[in-house]
Amino acid sequence: MAQEMTPQPVSASAPLLEKQNRQKIKDLPTKIFSFVILVLMSIMMLGPLFIMLSTALKDQATVFLFPPKWIPDTLQWSNFKEALTFKPFGLYFKNTAIYTLVGTVAEVLSSAVVAYGFSRYKGKGRNIIFLCVLATMMIPYPVVMIPQFVLFKTINWTDSYLPLIVPSFFGSAYIIFLLRQFFNTLPNDLFEAARIDGCGEVRAFWSIALPLCKPALASAAIFGFMFRWNDYLGPLIYLNSDTKYTLSIALSTFTSQFTIPPWHLLMAASLVAVLPPLLLFFFAQKYFVEGIVVTGIK
Amino acid sequence: MKAKSLIQARENKYFYLFISPWIIGFLLFTGGPILMSIYYSFTQYNIADPPNFVGAKNYTQLFNDPLFWKSAKVTLYYTLLAVPLGLLLSLLTAMLVNVKIPGQRLFRTIIYLPSIISGVALSLLWLWILNPQLGVVNFLIFKLTGMQGPQWLLSEAWVIPSLVMMSLWGIGPNMVIYLAGLKGVPRSLFEAAEIDGASNFSKFIHITVPMVSPATLFLLITGIIGTFQVFTQAQIMTQGGPNYASFFFVYFLYQQAFGAFNMGYASAMAWILFIVVLLLTWLMMSLSKRWVHYEGGNQ
Repeated sequence: MAQEMTPQPVSASAPLLEKQNRQKIKDLPTKIFSFVILVLMSIMMLGPLFIMLSTALKDQATVFLFPPKWIPDTLQWSNFKEALTFKPFGLYFKNTAIYTLVGTVAEVLSSAVVAYGFSRYKGKGRNIIFLCVLATMMIPYPVVMIPQFVLFKTINWTDSYLPLIVPSFFGSAYIIFLLRQFFNTLPNDLFEAARIDGCGEVRAFWSIALPLCKPALASAAIFGFMFRWNDYLGPLIYLNSDTKYTLSIALSTFTSQFTIPPWHLLMAASLVAVLPPLLLFFFAQKYFVEGIVVTGIK
Repeated sequence: MKAKSLIQARENKYFYLFISPWIIGFLLFTGGPILMSIYYSFTQYNIADPPNFVGAKNYTQLFNDPLFWKSAKVTLYYTLLAVPLGLLLSLLTAMLVNVKIPGQRLFRTIIYLPSIISGVALSLLWLWILNPQLGVVNFLIFKLTGMQGPQWLLSEAWVIPSLVMMSLWGIGPNMVIYLAGLKGVPRSLFEAAEIDGASNFSKFIHITVPMVSPATLFLLITGIIGTFQVFTQAQIMTQGGPNYASFFFVYFLYQQAFGAFNMGYASAMAWILFIVVLLLTWLMMSLSKRWVHYEGGNQ
């Protein structure tokens, strides 16, 4: 890089502390600048969330006030009750939860099995098959959407959760990739020792590899959870009867029922729908970030 | 020699045993459907009746369909705005939250937070805040400038910029990826540049940007694949309007497939999408050798 760098006449006795202090003072404008910009950005990031909450707590009349009230005079908590009883939201919540939980657990476990195979065994054609796994990540869902629909229609699985859940039992490329990265970091000696002790291959996977990869499994589960909880296109295609709706579908039909949308109720219902992902984020923030970093940087 | 081949046989056995779920799933739900999709794209097919082979008719019809070109243009326009702006903003934000200041962790959390909200709830929220009469965005514009703000989602000119703005609200995950990239930049590089008297801007262009270029390549490819598949926003917020200004490609495809039950036509669209995605990915990967810098040589 710096080829013409002239040697600086540095006095060897210059105390390190003084140098650090000078550096600190030099960095001060950068720090103040960053802080101010980040405060402004934070306001913009939190603003819409605040609007969501504040609208959810307004009564019908206050919603249509101009200029808008940031904080309504009386907090209309009954909006939540009204929004949630207007339609059987309890049922939709349950449907979404079942779809999300079953699908995610199936996806993470099956992906772990596959990822372990790729990481542990030098089978013939391993690299080529793994490249195929990675390549499937690039296939847009609309390409397989129509033939999958035809397939599930012919076996009479439409209007049920089977088309949405069953494919999860065969692993997903993204999570296989994530978990393989983690399995690759486990020392080989560990498995050699277990083998010598007479530990079978399945037990080595189940009792040694899996427990060591708990953080990675958590990250993978979060991916799966977030995807399914918010999934819209899949449920939209497969679910017809309104007792089978997910929250996403129910929210989307909410708007079409009115000529003027009741924004306070819409925001109340949306808020309830995003609550589980938000809670998950606050309790498991670390795993959100770890999963992103491992899959993002190859 | 014999022992070695025995070990290999054993490795093969367990390898294929463990990866068998993926192979079965691939054949049933990905590989098989892809082949069927090619076939359907050469047929007229409404699901109720068996597919009727029509040759390349769907493709010739598509290329003469003004809505096809409109939807391709809309999607491209959105991609060209949303992806580069998203990348730039994510990188700049990552640099800001990489500076050691009080509240650093809190800032990271706050900026990540909006990306937790997605899908239908996200669309409804922005439909409300971008409401031209009652929405908070136009209220703030009015208060700050005294002027009436644009019609946002109801305006042909503003609908795509509105959706881009909404997408920028979710830069959190990209910021995290860039942040990880920035952690790998050795401080000595910046120190050397400082001794040479490099400006902040030139340090950004000549050190930061090349050092995070592997992350940029990844985000570019996944970003484009994502923006090519925009659907929920069009379905919930705009219904493709006004006057087809947000008529996204996959929204058109969905309408053809599940509104009009033109499965053959929609499959042809899906294949065009697939080929474009493959070509673009290949192009970006091969061009990347010129601008992506891997520490420790190209791998």
